[in-house]
Amino acid sequence: MRLGSQGTLRIYALLILPLPVIILVGYLLPTVGVLGWSLSLPQPGVQHYATIIDNATIHTVIWRTLRICLLTTLISVTIAYLIAYRWRFASGRGRQLIELFVLLPFWLSMLIRAFAWLVLLRNDGLVNQSLLTLGIVDEPLALVRNELGALIGMVHFMVPYAVLPLLSSMRQIDDGLLRAASSLGARRWAMLRDVFFPLTVPGVAAASATVFVFSLGCFVTPALLGGGKAAMLAESIYIQMFQLSNWGLGAALSIVLMLMVAVCALVFGKLVGFARLTGRTA
Amino acid sequence: MSSLPTVSRLAAQAPAAARLKPRFDVARLLSFAGLLLAAAFLLLPVLVIVPLSFGDQRYLAFPDGAWSLRHYLELLSGGWLSSILQSLGLAIVVGVISTALALLFATGIWLEPRHRIALTTVVLLPMIVPQVVSAMSIYYLGAKVQQLDTLLGVGFGHLMMALPYSLIAMLVAYSRLDTSLYKASRSMGAGLWMTLRQVLMPNVRVGMAGSFFMAFIMSWEEVVVTLFTSGLNVITVPKRIWDGLRYNLDPAVAAVSTLMIFITLVVLLVRLYRHDRNADTPGR
Repeated sequence: MRLGSQGTLRIYALLILPLPVIILVGYLLPTVGVLGWSLSLPQPGVQHYATIIDNATIHTVIWRTLRICLLTTLISVTIAYLIAYRWRFASGRGRQLIELFVLLPFWLSMLIRAFAWLVLLRNDGLVNQSLLTLGIVDEPLALVRNELGALIGMVHFMVPYAVLPLLSSMRQIDDGLLRAASSLGARRWAMLRDVFFPLTVPGVAAASATVFVFSLGCFVTPALLGGGKAAMLAESIYIQMFQLSNWGLGAALSIVLMLMVAVCALVFGKLVGFARLTGRTA
Repeated sequence: MSSLPTVSRLAAQAPAAARLKPRFDVARLLSFAGLLLAAAFLLLPVLVIVPLSFGDQRYLAFPDGAWSLRHYLELLSGGWLSSILQSLGLAIVVGVISTALALLFATGIWLEPRHRIALTTVVLLPMIVPQVVSAMSIYYLGAKVQQLDTLLGVGFGHLMMALPYSLIAMLVAYSRLDTSLYKASRSMGAGLWMTLRQVLMPNVRVGMAGSFFMAFIMSWEEVVVTLFTSGLNVITVPKRIWDGLRYNLDPAVAAVSTLMIFITLVVLLVRLYRHDRNADTPGR
């Protein structure tokens, strides 16, 4: 459509620009400010980045972050694949039930879910009590306020995010292809292995990428369920800022986390395609 | 019809999905068992909260014979009530401002899509960047303009986090609208504002409702930015829940969680039901 240049100007000034300007001033410039903090507090220099490269404690945190994120990705994508697979071959009612039990936790605040896991997994929680009553263990297992607790909580948080891209990739698989495979004599397993699974590989890749990138920045779930013993990068930023009052290092860690997420997102985006990655919001 | 071979007649009658299912096989059984486990894993933690919220002890415990509403009554007193009011107020204001900004932007970009991708990406950034990093940026801003631990500062942070979600809802609404609507309205002499208010807004009101809803939820549930930018004055519901979880388990958290689970369930069921009735209206 052609609008007069006068009209275009008005549309930009009155309609389009307010939002990006607010984001620019209220969000992007402060992010540059954080970069400034990381290079200037308490004195100017790149000492915080040197610390991140040298310091063994920070290396532990980074390795733990990568380890937990990788495990979270593996486990939650596996669970999600199973759910999506059953959804693909379910009837209308079955599909709605599956959608309901995936979406209910999806819409619940992560605080409530962390609370639920604390209740279930703590020393005198339901899981330990059942195990003790059944005589399977003699003393309560340490299931929460450690790395295992963080992992359980993160998997629970991520499964719905992994289900969505898998559903959309499985939805696109033509029934005709599967019928063709069956009618050509493929047994169920052969059909799944040679026809169904290869067609879902892009979905698996998209789900894994989404979960991994998302996990990197996770804060609330590991902070509550890890109980301070499984601090990941995000939590260590909080600790530096508000417990150790080391704003410079906190800011530098924040910049590093942002770069890690950006690099992962770019690499996965190249591999998987950006449309699929951003498709998670639909 | 009787001339058709039996097999293909059966096949023609069976629904598509059913035809792919053999009557019995191990893969199906195993995957069904797995599905049940997955469902239990996803739902059980959520469901144990509900009975806990009716416990009759001062501490967090399952109701032992006697059910009680004492933890719910706690929500109506002192700290919790002020948190609920603070959170509601913030969520409503953030919802309105976020919807207004998203409406203007989506309208503009729909009329003038030249820099659509670049501008939209800028606005969506707070959604893509890890929340802790966003929280740092907003903490920086708050420290610079001395608005840490004020409603204005925390509310602004919520707005930044809500805007991308509001915008997505508006963009979806506008993607179904034809720009000839605008041209017709303008050619009949309506000004830009009149067109927006009387022609475009009625056409995207579902999108506006969705936009408000998303922003409201984002603000109501916002934890990370709030933790960074609030302290003693501003204590939203999530901040209070966080405090109640960090060191011991406050039973009032079970009550507030049960209420939120209930509301979520109602919204989901209503959406599923409506989706059922008009299957061609896509929803989130």
